[in-house]
Amino acid sequence: MTAHSIGATNAPVVRAVPSVWRRLWDANAGGYLFLLPWFIGFLGLTIGPMISSLYLSFTNFDLLTPARWVGLDNYTRIFTADPKFAQSMRVTLFFVLFSVPLKLAFALCIALLLNRGMRGLPVYRAIFYLPSLLGASVAIAVLWRQLFAGDGVVNDLLAVFGIEGPSWISNPRYSLWTLIILAIWQFGSPMIIFLAGLRQIPQDMYEAASLDGASKWRMFWKITLPLLTPVVFFNAIIQTIEGFKSFTPAFIISGGNGSPINSTLFYTLYLYQEAFAFFRMGYASALAWILLAIVAVFTAFSFLTSRYWVHYEQ
Amino acid sequence: MASRVLRPADYATYALLLLGATAMLLPFAWMLSTSLKSGQAIFVMPPQLVPEEPTLDNYTRIFGTMPMGQFLINSIFVSVVSTAIMVLNCAMAGYAFARIKFPGREIIFYAYLATLMIPQQVTLVPLFVLMTWLDWGNTYQALILPSSFGAFGTFLLRQFYLKLPREVEEAAFMDGAGYVRIFFTIGLQLARPAIATLAVFSFMASWNAFLWPLIITSNQSMMTLPVGLSFLNGRYGTDWSVLMAGAVIGTLPIIAVYVFAQKYIIQGLATTGLK
Repeated sequence: MTAHSIGATNAPVVRAVPSVWRRLWDANAGGYLFLLPWFIGFLGLTIGPMISSLYLSFTNFDLLTPARWVGLDNYTRIFTADPKFAQSMRVTLFFVLFSVPLKLAFALCIALLLNRGMRGLPVYRAIFYLPSLLGASVAIAVLWRQLFAGDGVVNDLLAVFGIEGPSWISNPRYSLWTLIILAIWQFGSPMIIFLAGLRQIPQDMYEAASLDGASKWRMFWKITLPLLTPVVFFNAIIQTIEGFKSFTPAFIISGGNGSPINSTLFYTLYLYQEAFAFFRMGYASALAWILLAIVAVFTAFSFLTSRYWVHYEQ
Repeated sequence: MASRVLRPADYATYALLLLGATAMLLPFAWMLSTSLKSGQAIFVMPPQLVPEEPTLDNYTRIFGTMPMGQFLINSIFVSVVSTAIMVLNCAMAGYAFARIKFPGREIIFYAYLATLMIPQQVTLVPLFVLMTWLDWGNTYQALILPSSFGAFGTFLLRQFYLKLPREVEEAAFMDGAGYVRIFFTIGLQLARPAIATLAVFSFMASWNAFLWPLIITSNQSMMTLPVGLSFLNGRYGTDWSVLMAGAVIGTLPIIAVYVFAQKYIIQGLATTGLK
């Protein structure tokens, strides 16, 4: 624009063409339409139900009669007089505590092996990811039931060596471990994320270190692992939250009730029973909010402590 | 790297990888093999990985005793429709969160992202109550709607649009096109890689979904495949060859999708984990 009129020296400085994004802002009305479906979904399927759930957690509600306000009764009972709550919490914590670190360890080891420049990497990666993909599906849980049943293939194979295996899924000493093994077997998605993280570590760091005569072992602890901590952190958080939410395998393998003798009574399974088998929906809502609180506290704690062990690039 | 001489350490690595790959695949092979065995063949010792006389009897039995075809149709319909809605929803919201300036945009987005953390169990009871109240039990809309919205997809698309240069869109703006037109003519096209990734993940999630369909369907004609399989699991107890046939039916579509869409899955995982 060169249309500065002569002599108009004291005219205010006007930008000849308003910036494109300024004009957008003016013509924005249509843009908000974009957020409308999202907003309806967010309100109707997340925020609304969350508020209702919080309210229901202070009531007795069986779906047929109106919800009756009982104050903190549900929470008091959960924490003081509910052995199944305590049991389900123990089972879930045990599951998370063993499955997550082992799963991440496997994921990292395989990622390190694959990162050695091996041939056929895409094929191996695809195979190792397959169990993760089918993840918590019912089909895989049914398969796992057969593998570790009394007359399952694991025992058939042991029998070849003359060992008579127990029925892993119906023996309370082993039942939870079959679920932990299932979780570890699905190490594929953290593995892929580790692999992508390993690729981002600059090679010259290793070259410099090897010139200094550092061993492979030392390089792993001094270079690889520190630089990988953001990815470890991410994977640990995601997998832990997933672990707390895990439902399908325990439901299918235990026949829906956490058997034998509640040894696989996951927290989510107990919640499901309360809500949809006994229709104690207020009580189940209180259980749900406790689960949310646990996940939130865990996540907040991880983020707060992360600056002491997670290495971020400046 | 590819042409270097193999050292002992490399042989060890390959051996470990092969061992691992076998451990990954063997359960699937066993599932397939058991599903093809007759009633007596599963008791043969030592166990046979390749059945001597493969038979499709177990599959015919399943289709004969349960509306397996209906389960499949329901699963396909629910997964496809909820994926389509999810993609459109997330692309629109992702575009808005990346491009349209409005007050509180970042705060709202991160608050939304935090909902990824919320266990499904928190909204389960109220959603069930809502659907019951709407009399939507055993309906497609009840199966579809809750899995048609997602923070993950919105995040994925927002990140994609943030990295996308604005020049093309700006040119269109200069020509006087509005947001809606630009999004549908250019925005969707440009985001195809991200949309493909989201579509694959969303389809898989919807196909595997169990808890919600379990709760909201009680009528066999409305059950999805996972719920049907869980029924099968209860009814056939330890009739392993029938159960494994069911598991194969439940797994095969996912593996088929995986073979074709592997690229998008790996990309999607790698990018969400790193940035």
